[in-house]
Amino acid sequence: MRRPMSEPMWSGYLRQDGRKGIRNLILVVYTVQCAQFVAHEVAKDEPDAHVIGFPGCYDNEYAIRLMLALARHPNIGAVLAIGLGCEYTQPARIAEVVRGAGRPAESFFIQERGGTTSSVALGKQILNDLRESIASVPRVPMGWSDLTVGCECGGSDGTSGLVGNPTVGRFFDSLVDHGGTAIFEETVEMIGLRDVLLNRSANPTVRETLEKTYDKAERYCRSVRQYSISPGNFAGGLTTIEEKSLGAFAKSGTRPIQGVIRVAERPPHAGLWLLDSVPDETFMQFGYTNPNDTEGIMDLISAGSQIVLFVTGRGSVIGSPIAPLIKITGNTKTFNKMRDDIDFNAGTVLEGADTLDQAAFSLSRLVAQVAGGERSKPEALGHREYFVMYKHQDTPSLEEGCRA
Amino acid sequence: MSTPKIHPECFQIETIDNVATLLQDAESGVAIDIRGTKQKTVAVAEDIKAGHKVALCPIPEGTFIVKYGFPMGAATRDIAQGEWVHLHNCRSLHDEGSSSLDLKSGARNETPYV
Repeated sequence: MRRPMSEPMWSGYLRQDGRKGIRNLILVVYTVQCAQFVAHEVAKDEPDAHVIGFPGCYDNEYAIRLMLALARHPNIGAVLAIGLGCEYTQPARIAEVVRGAGRPAESFFIQERGGTTSSVALGKQILNDLRESIASVPRVPMGWSDLTVGCECGGSDGTSGLVGNPTVGRFFDSLVDHGGTAIFEETVEMIGLRDVLLNRSANPTVRETLEKTYDKAERYCRSVRQYSISPGNFAGGLTTIEEKSLGAFAKSGTRPIQGVIRVAERPPHAGLWLLDSVPDETFMQFGYTNPNDTEGIMDLISAGSQIVLFVTGRGSVIGSPIAPLIKITGNTKTFNKMRDDIDFNAGTVLEGADTLDQAAFSLSRLVAQVAGGERSKPEALGHREYFVMYKHQDTPSLEEGCRA
Repeated sequence: MSTPKIHPECFQIETIDNVATLLQDAESGVAIDIRGTKQKTVAVAEDIKAGHKVALCPIPEGTFIVKYGFPMGAATRDIAQGEWVHLHNCRSLHDEGSSSLDLKSGARNETPYV
């Protein structure tokens, strides 16, 4: 980057496991759809309480791993897990794992506490106690090397590939050069880029992993008949699948890829990482990959992203729990229409007012401000969309399961 | 009807790209400004719609079409500077089917609808 990114210092929250958060939130987790209402009532009018939950009653290791990763996210100070009482996923086991990570956590079953009214009252009381216990979490200085940033795009238009994603790519290059961690995903949107992807490998082992990840994504696309280029794309000016994929891939920047992580896995060291969210092949075949933007954002947060960048061309009004979402567009018209929702306009590059490098530098300042406590637009509006679904991904270890 | 711009613009992402993307429709013969890098203008050799690509230099048959700094396809014939680059003169290196698509709609020509 021509203009070097300055080293900001902001104050974060030090967790007992050594990780640093940019927020000090309480996470309310429900373990089945039946407990969803109570969980949301407990968190209602409590700005520091965010809700996530898994609607399924039956066992799913993937969903449990995802919730456990979110519950131990560095931006989370404490957890309250609420269940109905007859589902597979056990709130007490979630609380236990969170306490194991050195953070206060409580849990209860609604069936054991009366009904809605008494459960909500109990939840509110626990929330107050948890808030008190995390008020004294030590504050520590943080910089780029303490930061993990994820990126995803959705509601794309022609400007996303031209300037939205390339701006993020240049910011990611700087973040990585300053010792930070960057995560990108959407492997099903890399079809046609096998060689381009493999040539970004940090070493031969990574190359092998990337090869497997790419080949799985391609098998997945064939198997579920998901082709990511359509007649409308061609009519709009895209000529090849490579061209479309390059537009999405541009958000990864140019630095070597350190490896592939899977949902709920943290990058083992700093640098640029690819998150594989594509389901593994099972007896039920693949199942679906990311059914919507929010699911991809949850994946990036589960990998420890303290901030997630979201590039949109047509516009979007989503946000996220746990980690603030910063919304970026390359379309000035969209930015002007949605100023309440969109944090950053890279459309200035298309107008000739900025270069991609200048836009990336401005973006880095915004990221530093949000890391320092300034609320992103979706965060300030109260957007807390979340999505946890049934999926299958093979896991190297089952020791973190929380079934009864 | 709005008055057509005297200088429509196109956007080149990386300096090594040999194509740029039109930001507005451009008529044949018009010199268009190139944004994003240091080059000045390119004269378009035919009408090109916004969102479509223009060749910034001559691209010989069989060589790569470069956008985002990477090959996005190969020229299926010699392409002159200022020409429209699309399905009729660029093929995917990955998906063989795309060269047979309808030039305007992008729809598949070989799929039977019976």
